[in-house]
Amino acid sequence: MNDFFVMMLPLLDSTLRVAVPLVLAALAGLFAERSGVVDIGLEGKMLGAAFAAATVAAVTGSVWTGLFAGMAVAIMLALIHGLAGITYNGNQVVSGMALNILVAGLAPVLGNAWFGKGGQTPLLGEGARFAPIILPGAEALRGIPVLGPIYAEIISGHNILVYITAAIVPLTAWVVYRTRFGLRLRAAGENPHALDTAGVSVVWMRYRAMLICGALCGIAGAYLSIAQNAQFIRDMTAGRGYLALAALVFGKWRPLTALYACLLFAFADAAQIRLQGASLPVIGPVPVQLIQALPYILTVLLLAGFVGRAVAPKASGIPFVKDR
Amino acid sequence: MPSVTPADTGSVGAVPGLNPGMKPAPTSVDAAPAVELIGIDKRFGPVHANRDVSLTVRRGTIHGIVGENGAGKSTLMSILYGYYHADAGEIRIGGERHTIRNSHDAIAARIGMVHQHFMLVDDFTVLENVVLGVEGGVLLKDGMAKARAALKELGDTFGLEVDAEAPMHELPVGLQQRVEIIKALYRGAEILILDEPTGVLTPQEADQLFVMLKRFREQGKTVILITHKLREIMAITDRVTVMRQGAVVDTVDTARTSREQLAEMMVGRKVLLRVDKTPAHPGAVVLDVENLGVIDPTGVARVKNVSFQVRAGEIVGIAGVTGNGQTELLEALAGMRGYSGSIKLNGKPLTCPSGQELARAARAARLAHVPEDRRREGLVGPFSAAESSILGYHADPAYNGPIILDQAKVRNRCQKEMDAFDVRPPNPLLRTAAFSGGNQQKIVLAREMDRDPALLLVGQPTRGVDIGAIEFIHRRLIEMRDAGKAILLVSVELDEILGLADRILVMFDGMIVGEMARDDATEQKLGLLMAGISGQE
Amino acid sequence: MAAGPNEIPRWVDYLLVPLVNLLVALLLTGVVVVAVGADPWQALKALVSGAIGYPGSVGATLYYATNFIFAGLAVAVAFHAGLFNIGGEGQAYLGGLGAALACLAFDQWTIWIVAPMAVIASALFGAAWAYVPAYLQAKRGSHIVITTIMFNFIAFALMSYLLVDVLIQPGQQAPRSRDFDPGVWLPTAQEIVGWFGIKIARSPLNLSSLLALLSCVFVWLFIWHTRWGYEIRTVGHSERAARYAGISPSRAIIMAMLISGALAGFVGFNDIMGVHHYLLLGFTGGVGFVGIAVALMGRNHPFGVVLASLLFGALYQGGSELTFDIPQITREMVVVIQGLVILFCGALENMFKPHIVALFRRQHGAEAAA
Repeated sequence: MNDFFVMMLPLLDSTLRVAVPLVLAALAGLFAERSGVVDIGLEGKMLGAAFAAATVAAVTGSVWTGLFAGMAVAIMLALIHGLAGITYNGNQVVSGMALNILVAGLAPVLGNAWFGKGGQTPLLGEGARFAPIILPGAEALRGIPVLGPIYAEIISGHNILVYITAAIVPLTAWVVYRTRFGLRLRAAGENPHALDTAGVSVVWMRYRAMLICGALCGIAGAYLSIAQNAQFIRDMTAGRGYLALAALVFGKWRPLTALYACLLFAFADAAQIRLQGASLPVIGPVPVQLIQALPYILTVLLLAGFVGRAVAPKASGIPFVKDR
Repeated sequence: MPSVTPADTGSVGAVPGLNPGMKPAPTSVDAAPAVELIGIDKRFGPVHANRDVSLTVRRGTIHGIVGENGAGKSTLMSILYGYYHADAGEIRIGGERHTIRNSHDAIAARIGMVHQHFMLVDDFTVLENVVLGVEGGVLLKDGMAKARAALKELGDTFGLEVDAEAPMHELPVGLQQRVEIIKALYRGAEILILDEPTGVLTPQEADQLFVMLKRFREQGKTVILITHKLREIMAITDRVTVMRQGAVVDTVDTARTSREQLAEMMVGRKVLLRVDKTPAHPGAVVLDVENLGVIDPTGVARVKNVSFQVRAGEIVGIAGVTGNGQTELLEALAGMRGYSGSIKLNGKPLTCPSGQELARAARAARLAHVPEDRRREGLVGPFSAAESSILGYHADPAYNGPIILDQAKVRNRCQKEMDAFDVRPPNPLLRTAAFSGGNQQKIVLAREMDRDPALLLVGQPTRGVDIGAIEFIHRRLIEMRDAGKAILLVSVELDEILGLADRILVMFDGMIVGEMARDDATEQKLGLLMAGISGQE
Repeated sequence: MAAGPNEIPRWVDYLLVPLVNLLVALLLTGVVVVAVGADPWQALKALVSGAIGYPGSVGATLYYATNFIFAGLAVAVAFHAGLFNIGGEGQAYLGGLGAALACLAFDQWTIWIVAPMAVIASALFGAAWAYVPAYLQAKRGSHIVITTIMFNFIAFALMSYLLVDVLIQPGQQAPRSRDFDPGVWLPTAQEIVGWFGIKIARSPLNLSSLLALLSCVFVWLFIWHTRWGYEIRTVGHSERAARYAGISPSRAIIMAMLISGALAGFVGFNDIMGVHHYLLLGFTGGVGFVGIAVALMGRNHPFGVVLASLLFGALYQGGSELTFDIPQITREMVVVIQGLVILFCGALENMFKPHIVALFRRQHGAEAAA
């Protein structure tokens, strides 16, 4: 029992670390989709933010400036997506895809031009990245059985973005379900005509959702390059944006369930190394690739209706046209 | 006498629209009328939807606006609610001139509208739907508490009872409509417009609605009821305005008129398009419909126990105002939607081989269908006219080899059809959407008639079609009848029915409420049936 | 098919508007080039010379174009049914598996038998990979965009497993299959023209390009000259009209996606049997996404797809040479162009169209009045 516990601690610890960008991106997608805008461009926003954050942090030496730069870039990308999908009534899927590809190309090009390292940004020193924070009394309480190590290992010792993310989850739930903004947001995604006849601008609501989406993706991307790591590397998002999208769908577009989905996927990711070589009763040795593919398989099963029903916001992806 | 000032919009936190000290409606004619429409004129392209319409609605009354399809009632109310802008004319609320540019202005003028298609969010609760847009603060908690209290008061005052926490999608249609009404009242509406409210209600729900409307009147509110059902007009309105073809025929006190008078005003003495035709010689039964029922996706029964027959060599016309089940009936017959009951074509029930679509089987059984909505169903706009001219018959071996569809043959056939039906311009390569409405309709008709069907279903054949084309189409239909085809014609244009049909059925509220030979039919009889007044009443 | 008297001519819609969108994309790319401190004109010259300027470059350009034609046709066919097939990458990957299995199993046989087998296998595997998302969309309404994205990732995981654990050569480290017997290597262009005594430089261009051209003809015939293509197009334009006509939308959707997957699978045939001659990780290299750009630019018509594929082939080939001539620019610049093309030809296509149309109408009106 003790061995199991000792093994689980670092696993859960890294689960939290891996989950942070997923959670932020999933919540970003939640705001967009709930307002009726399909956004598969989470990946591109994250990557752009990661690049911008690492670049600005390297140049200015200030980690907070880097964070805000990352958020600014992601917001700008979100607004372009909004322009294409909301104002010009263009195909939102194509727009999201286009931005993903654009950023994937632009970041290494600019990175190489400015820093000459084949697309990477310089390693960030102290002060230019978010450092782990030891919570008060962590070491002192470590001795307490069960709770002590949990506090010391899992809860304490993360950088500030992790704690911010932990706060953003309940904040999101509160905004979406307990504020006027959230009510109107959900109306925009379910029946925009009802919102329109109530005298509220659907277009402005969707743009505001995109602003929030950009901001959250910005934090997610910045986390990758100036918190979890100390630089920007090509393609460092490595599909996390799509994984976050899967988690959002798997979480049925609700903040808390999306959080659980992100934690589940992150746990699978963190566990895959340790599970390598482990055997399941019938199947035998579990291939690491199966664990890697698990989140995507689960999402497909959900969409197929085998793991409950996933109903997207009704107006998602449909350009709002006042018809009379 | 407190006047309702339009600037007094429902403010944050207050409960708009419920003034406990408000006195009941004045009956004196000196009080300013609730609504005055003066010289409202509106065109949509060539369609003159409202012709210099003027009418006055007195405060604290229930005012009915009645008319057939295309009379202009919905357009008029849409202008009042800010969806459209009138080309000319003036709106006065409570004696003061108002410019209503959008629904926001209308709400500010204390006008509330209960739409035909509800503007509700299914996933929300009743309360959430009611407060949307007037939440009363950034946090929902306080606003919802106030709304809950207001809802209770509305329930007590008007009998508008509904469970505030119920999710919308669980409520029956009647209760959903109640929520629409509550929404309007919550925003302070003093003038309530209801557009064909009983179309989706059961008779009991309709009665409950009328009780509610009477309570509104007692409380001094003004109700405008748009309907084509004369029973409703006679039951609860104080005054009624009859509209026909965009203009007001007259406005009278309900108590001083009768159903027959109203029906006559509604339908009017039109010049019938006299199509020369010999009497029909009906042959064998081609279409046999028994106990047909159709239920729409929201669970409302649209076609209720309909039975009738159509014989070869006759035209059976179904008259009725839109929305009484004709659309669903046609779609069921054409194999486009499910139904209960039996449909037999030439004595054989319509079956569908597995893997095939029912509509295809219907065509194989020699049924042709000119749909009501030619733009969205009968044609494919981006296709060339040639490709639209094989819609539904695209697998015909006449121009299909084992693999290849011979586009040249398709074009040639289309060219022949275009010449025969005088389609202009006679260019099979032209994009379908580029043709005028009349020519599009001719393309559809040519396609369906050219297949030598045994039964031809025709829905609204001359909607949006110019006069010359109308004559042409009518003549063609008579020719087909004389050639021994069975034709079922659905039209909201009474003179079209009277001009073409040999036998006339009237549909109202999903049922056949009347059947007669053409020679026995008069506009008055038909008008009454179309408005829901059957012979016994 | 002609446009009406009140409409703009077809050529404006199908040629001018995409051209303007392309120009805007290139202009913005030029801005990026300047931002990294290089000379756009010089970059353009380097691009062109890299694409066609030296021995083997034309062949390489055409090789890239071949893959883009397959991927572009795949996306185009799906678009005609109103579907967005983002899964071309995964379908191409599985197609490569199909071709590889055929070659690995039968590489002692004559190529005259193995090649058609590999073609069929790559088509079947690609189509199979597209089938599940298609079925889920048709029968359960699952959004095909999300399912195809998921299937891309599942494909990568699956192929990684197969290459590392199943198909790997015993004793080797690199995750790849063994080499095929040279008897089943597709003849390259150099070899083919060599039979006629003509000498050209070596390049990856091979016989599969013929398959690409045949695919174009097939798609053109199928979409516009068969009843199944008619049904697919009807469903893509209007499901209500399809219902009226007795066309089954689910059958059309599934058929379109199967063909789409098969076409994407042919990329695998090209790369595995024609270029590498063994199965390896990640050979697709983003081709599925280029296919989206190509289909959008080419307006979902095989002719446009060919033109757009040639353009992108030149960009890819020229792009890889760019880095040698101008060190400030990496080959990802081509990806930037790709993203901008998709953005302006696909999502922002309505941005310039009204202005172009207005300009044209004014021109036309002035001429008519004159």
